[in-house]
Amino acid sequence: MTTLTTRDTADDQSVGAKKSGGFTASAANYIDERTSISGAVKELGRKIFPDHWSFLLGEVALYSFVIILLSGSFLTFFYQASMAEVVYEGSYAPLKGIPMSVAMSSTMDISFDIRGGLLMRQVHHWAALLFVAAIGLHMLRIYFTGAFRKPRELNWVIGFILFILAMAEGFTGYSLPDDLLSGNGLRIIDGLIKGIPVVGTWVSFLLFGGEFPGTDIVGRLYSLHILLLPAIIVALIAMHLLFIVVHKHTQYPAAGHTNENVVGYPVLPVYAAKAGGFFFIVFGVVMLIASLFTINPIWNYGPYDPSPVSAGTQPDWYIGFADGAMRLIPTGWEFVWLNHTYSLNILVVLVVVGLFIVTVMVYPFIEAWITGDKREHHVLDRPRNAPTRTAIGAAGVTFYASLWAAASSDIMATHFHLTMEGVIHTLQVTTLLGPFLAFFITKRVCLALQKKDREIVLHGYESGRIVRLPGGEFVEVHQPVDEYERWKLVSYSDFKPLMLRPNAQGKIGAAEKVRAGLSRWFFEDRITPVTQTELSRAHGDHPAEITEK
Amino acid sequence: MTKIKTLRARRPRKTGRRHPLASVALIAVGLLFTGGAYVAFSTSTAVATTDASSQQTIAQGEKLFAANCATCHGLNAQGSSEGPSLIGVGAASVDFQVGTGRMPLQMQGPQAQKKPVQFTAEQTAALAAYVASLAPGPAIPSGEVLDAAGDAASGAELFRINCAMCHNVAGAGGALTEGKFAPAIENVSAQHIYEAMITGPQNMPVFNDMNISPEDKRDIITYLKYVENNPSPGGLALGSLGPVAEGLFIWIFGLGAIVALTVWITAKSN
Repeated sequence: MTTLTTRDTADDQSVGAKKSGGFTASAANYIDERTSISGAVKELGRKIFPDHWSFLLGEVALYSFVIILLSGSFLTFFYQASMAEVVYEGSYAPLKGIPMSVAMSSTMDISFDIRGGLLMRQVHHWAALLFVAAIGLHMLRIYFTGAFRKPRELNWVIGFILFILAMAEGFTGYSLPDDLLSGNGLRIIDGLIKGIPVVGTWVSFLLFGGEFPGTDIVGRLYSLHILLLPAIIVALIAMHLLFIVVHKHTQYPAAGHTNENVVGYPVLPVYAAKAGGFFFIVFGVVMLIASLFTINPIWNYGPYDPSPVSAGTQPDWYIGFADGAMRLIPTGWEFVWLNHTYSLNILVVLVVVGLFIVTVMVYPFIEAWITGDKREHHVLDRPRNAPTRTAIGAAGVTFYASLWAAASSDIMATHFHLTMEGVIHTLQVTTLLGPFLAFFITKRVCLALQKKDREIVLHGYESGRIVRLPGGEFVEVHQPVDEYERWKLVSYSDFKPLMLRPNAQGKIGAAEKVRAGLSRWFFEDRITPVTQTELSRAHGDHPAEITEK
Repeated sequence: MTKIKTLRARRPRKTGRRHPLASVALIAVGLLFTGGAYVAFSTSTAVATTDASSQQTIAQGEKLFAANCATCHGLNAQGSSEGPSLIGVGAASVDFQVGTGRMPLQMQGPQAQKKPVQFTAEQTAALAAYVASLAPGPAIPSGEVLDAAGDAASGAELFRINCAMCHNVAGAGGALTEGKFAPAIENVSAQHIYEAMITGPQNMPVFNDMNISPEDKRDIITYLKYVENNPSPGGLALGSLGPVAEGLFIWIFGLGAIVALTVWITAKSN
């Protein structure tokens, strides 16, 4: 059942271990006497987690990562990260006798000649797509509910770095089979790097061990993919989870939910059982998808050869936004200066995408600076109650989605019978103007929803029942909102634009002016929560109670 | 009905001179003979009509051409502002364009679309014979080159190098500029694939015999037929469209299913 605990006060209820419990008790006692683990179990076992579906998205990401580790370990038993050339002699007829790298040949063997190999490859790849997708959705939940506010800003940054590392893991893994598709992807990366002025060519040669593609890159990516990146990810996940324990979980606004408590289930036994079971559910879904649907059919792509490029060559979805950004740049964005070509078509993408990523990463600090809010927040915001933040989020999502969609411009053109140029031009417009449109629409929708909430709290729901009072007046009877619902509707913090005040020297700095401007932009349009005074006044002239009796 | 049944029931089986199924067998034999004779007859006539050199066939083709094609291609196939000249395009080109339903064109657009075939095989052959009679051009292929029994591995490599940049590595098709596109090559007959390579329909370049030898073309057809007849070993292929289809699938169905399950697992029990 729902349990209520007070933050920062240890629960002194002892973990129920019976004195004469036979083997279980004596085994537990044996372990406890040697490890003193009962303290940890007592502390962690009584940890409260609130129950809401959106709180499980991070868990989905964690479980996908576990699936990736398990299936990936299987793949390392058979995969050989070498670019030495061999002639394929495996089971797949349309590649028999074709020269290819050992990496490609061993991946073909995993797919066709090793029992369960293809299933494990598909589990690994589908779980990787799910991993990044779950991280993305988890991040959106955190953002739109304001869960990144103090004290959780650092955990947002850790989570965001995990997102970037997951993409890096995905890309390095995508390149390992050394097939045509991944080779084309690497060629694009090579082009991007070479487009950087001065250092580009040097960096590219360093990475590939000479001219692209060389014979080193697969081995290097493999080291990153199975050693360095997973190690960093595991360490950061540990920190991410540790922070959750330290901060305690956030909760949605509801009756009885305050900044000083957490309402939910204790970890032991219900929550642990649910979460443990949920791992198997996620594993089951991934298994089902992997056994029914092909992913990355390298046998179609064939071995990498720098000359062919297949129609419909795209990166995996999480790199799509960068690929799309490249596609949206108009033609001819480059110039020659001092006998060197400067490729703006590449540099603009690197700068814009880089700025976007950095902005998202540091957003909690930007918002904290603008609002000047130094309080701790453990109760989440309903997205409508932070209209400007929600609108900024919607603008960001629109920008990202336009870039993302651009990566599939050719598929959209063929499948919807459009011209490729039409698709590209439309997406160029939505990339530039869409965010502004999304911002204004979202902000107005949020404010309208807040107004509606206010109306409901003050006057209740319209019941449609018209009553004539003794004086002859007609009134509609309103159904008052119940207390639990009202708690949810009125409990949010109200912000006002910051006042410009001179500092100790009696001066107003430029930074302060900027900050005040931004604060005004953030909070100028706002709907204040209903106060107790307003509420009691509204009830005073409320005819509902009188006529009901 | 009931009367017959009771009669049969009364009469003892041994007095019957014929087995009860005898009439069925007789009808079957009769049908087989008639059908067989018909098939033999019709194939012999088909062979007669597709004889491209026959003056009668050419004359028939000319009539069909004047009625269906001359509006755009001109009365003597010399071309007009609406359509190109067909002198020298050969029988293979006509067989591909008409045989896949691309011609007669339904409407002007970025390129002719595949649609239900407008003419019978006989009429198509007559049209092809007429156009071939105007000037020499690529003939309709036949024989060993279409048997899809060549080297699939060599065909796959040739396909990746020469064809995949427009048609996709699995022959799933791809986009070109200004609304043009390379169509999917699944379920296209070997003859039409071969004809497309030697005539270069729509925006496709011509791959003549100096470029890709007939033997290599046979290998390419072998590979395409292999892909068509062997379903993806990994399960459903999601259109063989690559990472876009995979990404869309994981977001809609993968993550969709997971979110539905999270809602279920956190739902309050009744």
